[in-house]
Amino acid sequence: MILVVAEQREGKLNRASWEAVAAGQQLLREADIAVLKIVVLGRAVSALANELAAASSAGVIAVENQSLGTYTPDAFVQALRQIVTTESPQFVVFPHTYQTRDFVPALAAAMDRAVVTDAIAIRNVNGAPAFARPMFQGKLTADVVPEGPTPHLVTFQIGAFRADAVARGASPAPITAAEATIDASAVRQKPEEPFQEVRQAVDLSQAERIVAVGRGIKSQDNLPLAEALAKALGAELAASRPICDNGWLPMERQIGSSGQTVAPKLYVALGISGAIQHLVGMKGARTIVAINKDAEAPIFEVADYGIQGDLFEIAPAIAAELQKG
Amino acid sequence: MKIAVCIKQVPTREWQPRLTEDKKWIREQDISYEMNEPDAYALEEALRLREKHSGEVVVCSAGPARVQQVIREALARGADRALHVEDAALGGADAFAAAAALADPMAEERFDLVLTGLQSDDQGHAQFGPILATRLGIPHSTIIMEVIADAGSVRVKRELEGGWFQYLSMPLPALLTIQSGINQLRYATLKGIMAAKKKEIKKVAPASAVASRQRIVALYPPEKAKQTVMIPGSAAEAAKELVRRLREEARVL
Ligand SMILES: Cc1cc2nc3c(=O)[nH]c(=O)nc-3n(C[C@H](O)[C@H](O)[C@H](O)COP(=O)(O)OP(=O)(O)OC[C@H]3O[C@@H](n4cnc5c(N)ncnc54)[C@H](O)[C@@H]3O)c2cc1C
Ligand SMILES: Nc1ncnc2c1ncn2[C@@H]1O[C@H](COP(=O)(O)O)[C@@H](O)[C@H]1O
Repeated sequence: MILVVAEQREGKLNRASWEAVAAGQQLLREADIAVLKIVVLGRAVSALANELAAASSAGVIAVENQSLGTYTPDAFVQALRQIVTTESPQFVVFPHTYQTRDFVPALAAAMDRAVVTDAIAIRNVNGAPAFARPMFQGKLTADVVPEGPTPHLVTFQIGAFRADAVARGASPAPITAAEATIDASAVRQKPEEPFQEVRQAVDLSQAERIVAVGRGIKSQDNLPLAEALAKALGAELAASRPICDNGWLPMERQIGSSGQTVAPKLYVALGISGAIQHLVGMKGARTIVAINKDAEAPIFEVADYGIQGDLFEIAPAIAAELQKG
Repeated sequence: MKIAVCIKQVPTREWQPRLTEDKKWIREQDISYEMNEPDAYALEEALRLREKHSGEVVVCSAGPARVQQVIREALARGADRALHVEDAALGGADAFAAAAALADPMAEERFDLVLTGLQSDDQGHAQFGPILATRLGIPHSTIIMEVIADAGSVRVKRELEGGWFQYLSMPLPALLTIQSGINQLRYATLKGIMAAKKKEIKKVAPASAVASRQRIVALYPPEKAKQTVMIPGSAAEAAKELVRRLREEARVL
């Protein structure tokens, strides 16, 4: 059996939950497993269970508990450990979100089981499933096989599977309620309300063109070179995370999973390697140009046009070419 | 306050991967190494906490003899002493095996606070911290951007997706995985480098055989999602061709 754990916040399913269901359904075929179930946890989840019942599965398990209302790793580990023990699946599938990063390795450790994180594809190696995952900042992909007794836990990278690929059932799957006993006094984290930092002054999501700089720019003193190119293109300036971490540009100009998500007509990546956390924020751009001295940089995997070379020569040359009109 | 910082040695960012014959691992003889980036931020945070609350900062690393390089660097930046769980097999070990190797000797130390990076730049499991916390029986939180320590408890700012954050508190001892950018890094001074030579590095062997929970069956360059048009020529030639294509082909200018 495969158990897919859906993620929700305040009564809304995370879209990545559907991607995890799609991954679970493919794993079902690859591993030749008969049964897939979906579990959803929270304070009140019956509406969500109804929604999830549309997917082709053997059933949806709704776990309701006061202690699951606001997410904490301790409560989620306690609850899921009981559900997983009762259901006894071969694989437990999750989306790779900030929430699962927080508790899934702890769940695996509590159960002394293997966990594979950030999987992007399912492979078949001699009849047994292996999971492809990025390594070395996306420079390589590894096919890995989890070892030791089952269940094996797997988290799937956001965007690796398509939510619209979920197979739907002819009729809604049966919904069952399951009990989880949570010792609230053993939940050690006391969370406060989520918040956003002061409203962002620049809304890069509206920009038609963006020039984004990465660590290849070397120092803050070189930023004018990128600014000049942005000006020549009529583009906004943005950056990868390390540039903002260093305080060279404000956080509000950061593109990626912990920054803004953009989809401009043109995105020029200057000296950006193309780590997945950056790519998720910009791969929706219509035309992507990458300038990087390393021909093997992962950014070229998503680029429409690439120039391999030194950005300190190429960026000014492009600006000069544009000025020719 | 007794603070542990877990530091991993990883290949440098400039490193170009080359594979072993069997295409299951990287050719280690080609690699130069550095400190995993988020771990440098974890170390800086530990040093700042020590400045505020006094106490000591202990570097903890699991790996072959070569990891002494990053241990020395951490000592030069100001850590007080180090714990090195040494074994050749720890070089390519996964997060599960690394946490298993460090858990017992770290438990003995009874740290008030354990800081790790949120993710390693080589294997990138993002697992080690929560696994170690579970083994040590202490609470944890991940992707931390601010640490406010108090007598007996800690309040932290956790990063959520898309620019959202959340504060949460938990009792000490606790483990936190630190996100890059939490502070501004300081680098080692000559004085620090000299002082580091006299600092203690305690070496221990793992209590049991190093056993990873995942086996790599193939390692290869990633598949391309798009057909990239690579534009050749000198900077001026490439720029001219790019601008032409952006105007005429992509029509984005
Ligand atoms: C939970 C989490 C969230 C994250 N969120 C984000 C996020 O929102 N946004 C983000 O960007 N990152 C994020 N990251 C970090 C991400 O993993 C990468 O570390 C980061 O994107 C790398 O930035 P970079 O490409 O600028 O630097 P590097 O990876 O160091 O790349 C620099 C590139 O510049 C090239 N280069 C160097 N010199 C030159 C030159 N002279 N000419 C041309 N090219 C040159 C190099 O070949 C290299 O490819 C996150 C990480 C985690 C774990
Ligand atoms: N072998 C190791 N020795 C010390 N710390 C480690 C080791 N492996 C991982 N870590 C720590 O765990 C964090 C996350 O690693 P990972 O789970 O591999 O992504 C790193 O940033 C380090 O702080």
